[in-house]
This record gives sequence, structure tokens and C-alpha cells, in this order.
Amino acid sequence: MSTNLRILVVEPDQTRVRDIVDALNAAGWSDVKALGHVAALDRTVKDYQPDIVLIDLANPDRDTLEHISYVTETEKRAVALFVDHTDDNLTKAALNAGVSAYVVDGLTMNRIKPVLETAIARFQIMRQLQSELDAAKQALEDRKTIDRAKGILMRQRGLTEDAAYNLLRKTAMDQGRKVIDVAQALVTAADLLS
Amino acid sequence: MSATVLNCGYVPLVDCAPLVIAQELGFAAEEGLALNLVRQPSWSALRDMLALGHLDAAQMLSPMPVAMSIGLGGLAAEIDTLMVLSVNGTVFGISNALAETLDLVPFGDARQLLNQLASRDGTSLRIGVPFHYSMHRLLLSYWTSAAPNLKITEVTVPPPRMADAMADGHVDAFWVGEPWGSVAVQRGVGQLMMAGRDVWQFAPEKVLAARRDWVREHDGRVGQLMRAVFHASRWLDAPKNKPLAVEILGRSEHLRLSPDLIDPAVSGHLVPKQGAHPIEVNRFLQFHKHAATFPWRSQAAWIAEQLGADADGLSRAKACFRSDLYRKHLPQIGTDMPGASEKVEGSLQFDTAVASSRGHMILAPDAFFDGKTFDFSDQKR
Repeated sequence: MSTNLRILVVEPDQTRVRDIVDALNAAGWSDVKALGHVAALDRTVKDYQPDIVLIDLANPDRDTLEHISYVTETEKRAVALFVDHTDDNLTKAALNAGVSAYVVDGLTMNRIKPVLETAIARFQIMRQLQSELDAAKQALEDRKTIDRAKGILMRQRGLTEDAAYNLLRKTAMDQGRKVIDVAQALVTAADLLS
Repeated sequence: MSATVLNCGYVPLVDCAPLVIAQELGFAAEEGLALNLVRQPSWSALRDMLALGHLDAAQMLSPMPVAMSIGLGGLAAEIDTLMVLSVNGTVFGISNALAETLDLVPFGDARQLLNQLASRDGTSLRIGVPFHYSMHRLLLSYWTSAAPNLKITEVTVPPPRMADAMADGHVDAFWVGEPWGSVAVQRGVGQLMMAGRDVWQFAPEKVLAARRDWVREHDGRVGQLMRAVFHASRWLDAPKNKPLAVEILGRSEHLRLSPDLIDPAVSGHLVPKQGAHPIEVNRFLQFHKHAATFPWRSQAAWIAEQLGADADGLSRAKACFRSDLYRKHLPQIGTDMPGASEKVEGSLQFDTAVASSRGHMILAPDAFFDGKTFDFSDQKR
């Protein structure tokens, strides 16, 4: 886990901001930024690129924050929420839901560290799973494209499967491109001509 | 016998009225229910509380259950639409500065307004909407996509702050639910150009939503809740009740809005700009008439298609609009049932009588501003 997490606190109440920032600093997180005025929210999120955003559950700007996550394609950014009263059931339920909603007790700051650590750990596992899934999907897609390109060469040029693949590979090497890019170009061209 | 308490989430907008009226006028009590109405600070918070089981049911933006059913919208949960709570009820408004760059456009002329906005050169228009998965945003995207050279930037702004955002120059225009459009007019920071119905004449706006597993386990309560809300929506749509509805909603601790802000939406008389005479907008906000409460599966499909769903997504969207529950729980109170659960969206230009169980059903026009129609029946896809 990175120890240098960037944390953005969205909270208009200065006293609460101080408490939260103190608690985060005491817990060993020093890269903390606080934002009181919400008009700057989208710009701040884009410029500061926080790893995690803390926002009060009752803050109406949550909807704005969610939207910023969609458009900046950072949906995988953890959004941590804190509530004013201790509610372990809610915390547990939110953690189990596991997507972006984490609930931290806002007043007893001694709890902020363990809950945040759990939240961030889960978030990083999810992000890793997601990128592995994305990689697997992409590999599968690439394989299909290459198979289609081979098929086209086998039909059009009367080649065996191995010879078709070798031709793709040689073309790619000659042109300094990837096999998948050559295959994609061939498939696209064939689609256009068919 | 003590009443069963249901925790119902809502956001304080005029169109949460069916839930407030169901509780305040005793329609819930008649069904043996007590609705504990829990105000929510944002749509994201409402969604999370519903998904995590802290709310039994909630008022939701109609695209929210659809978005979640196709895997969009933040939290993975199965949320169903039991019935539609309100049809239409939103407004599109522009800042005074933007208004000065346009020629006079009659209120409600979606086509001419779009042409004028598209023909002015300049930077991208910043348009405020309350939530990404809202009918406001879908109608805005649908409408503006007819003018490809019009550049817009969507900005999410909590409705109570929409007038401020316009005053500060943070947005050039907004698409918002009442009373927040009228608030901007009262404060003199902008003017209303059209209502949501000028882009789609019969758009499902808010829905009554619940978790699918809760619905499965509480069949009896689901029926009680749906009947209570149905009676409240019928009461709300009766013209003679409207002044009283404004009075009750104005006094309600739930809305915390003054009656003069509630009146425009409920009466359908909007003041488009400061000092102007009110304009009567036909079917500005509909709670009950013309089968307004029926969750048409084709409405869910239209929403899903706007969200970019594939065929599988469309069928999942249809399945989350529970017209089956409507048919199961509402005939007991004599509700007229439409002969089908899907219609060709956008095909009705006039009030049209359709086949129904009691033979009294007249559907209202549901045409789009560009005349397009959407047939989601299986044989067409």
C-alpha cells in the first residue's frame, strides 16, 4: 500500500476540517488537502488527483463528486464518507457493498485510521481485480481479431494457418507495428470491402 | 392493530408530493402503514441508503433503477421501480446574459430554442443538472444531440444551489425540477425557456423504488405501499384538491418550501421571467391521470437506450420496471389496467383511448420534439 496517499477532504466547516486533517496527519497521512468551497470541486479533483476523497454523508455535493468521477473516468477512485454518529452496521454494510461508499465515524477520530485503511485496502484490491479483468478481456478480444485476420489470409491467399500467422508477424516486424495492429487493419479493410 | 412502519427516502422537491400526501392525508394509514419519511441530502446518499437497507423504499429519479440494473451508477444493487410517482415537472432555464444573445423565442418552442443556441458562436455552454442519471440529463442530451455543433458541458449542481450557480456565472443554463427553476426566476438571475414536456410530452420523472430482495420478501407491504401511493396520486391530480395540496405541502415539515414556490408546479402556471405573466403549461406535472403511475416497460427501455445499453441491457431495464406488480396489487382497488405493458414511445400525438381492463383508459400525447418514435417490442429488435 502506498504510504503517500493524496487525500482530499470536502467539508465547509473549518473546525471539522481541522479535526479531520489533524487525525489524518496523526495517522501518518501528510498529503491532505481540504476544500470548503464547492465551486472549485471539479478543478481541484482534476488538478490534485486525490487517491481518496472524504466527504460527509450529508453533504449535497456528493452528487457533483460522483459526476466528476464519471467524466474523468476515475470511477475507481475511492470515495470515503463520514457520518456524525457511530453506526457500525452501516459501516459494515457499506464496506461489504465494497464499491465506493465507505463510512467513517466523523467524531471519534481514533477510528478514522483503521476504517480508512480497510477502505483503501479494499479499494486497491478492487482496482487490481478490475485491471486484471480488463487485461484478460483485451487479450481475448485481440485473439479473436488475430484469428479473423488469419482466416481472411487463409481464404484470400490460400495459406495454411501457420503461414497466415507468420505473414502477419513478418508484416508487423517489417513495419515496426504490433501483430494485433496489423490484424486489426486487415479486418477493418476486409469489412470495408465486403 | 399498530401500523407497519416503512422508512421511505425522499429529496425535498415538489414531486415528492405523493409520498407526503400518502402519509399526511391518511392513505398510508388506511392500508395499515405509517411512512417514516426520511429526507436525503443527495441522490447518491439516497441510493446508498436504499441499497444498504436503511430505507425500505424511496422516491428516485426514473433513470436510477435502470442505470443500476445495467451496471452503471456507482453501486451494484438490484433496485426495482414499483410504479411511477410523477410524469414531467422539470424546466429548462437560461441566464440573463445568455438570454441577451438570443432573439425572442416563444416559451416551449424546443426546436427554435435549440437552433438559436446552436447558431450562436462561442464557447461550450455550461448546463447545470441535478444528477448524471436523471431524466433532466437524458432529455438535455437527447434534445441537444439534434444540433451536433452545439457544444455543452454538463455540470452537476444540487438543485437548491442552482440559482446561486447561475448568479455566480458557474452555469449558463440549467435543467432542474421545480421549485428550483421558479426560485431562479424570483431571484431575477435567469428565465425559463421551456418545460421538460416540450422535449418529451410524457416523460417518467420520479419513481417509487425498492430493493428487489425486499420486494420479494414483503409482498404484502409492497401492495399496501403501492395502493397508498396510488390513492395519494389520484387525490393530487384532482383539480379541486390542488389549492389544498399546495397548502399542505407548503406547511409540511418535509418540504420546507413556501406555498408560492410550490404553486407553479402543482397548478401548471409558470412565471417564465421576473415581472412576466404566468404561462399555463399543459400537463406540466402529472401524478395520476392517463395511467401516469403505470411503469411502462418501454419507458425503462427508452432510458436504457439513452444510457447506451445493449440488447441484454434493454431487457434487464424492462425487467426492473415492475408492471407485473402493478397488475398484481392494484386491481383490488378498481385500477384500470392497460392491455399491454409496453407502448411505442413517442407515437401518440393526441389523447388516445386504448384497450384496458375497465375500458376507461385514455393515454396522453407522448411525442418527442423531433417526432421520433421508439418501438422496443421484441419482434422489432
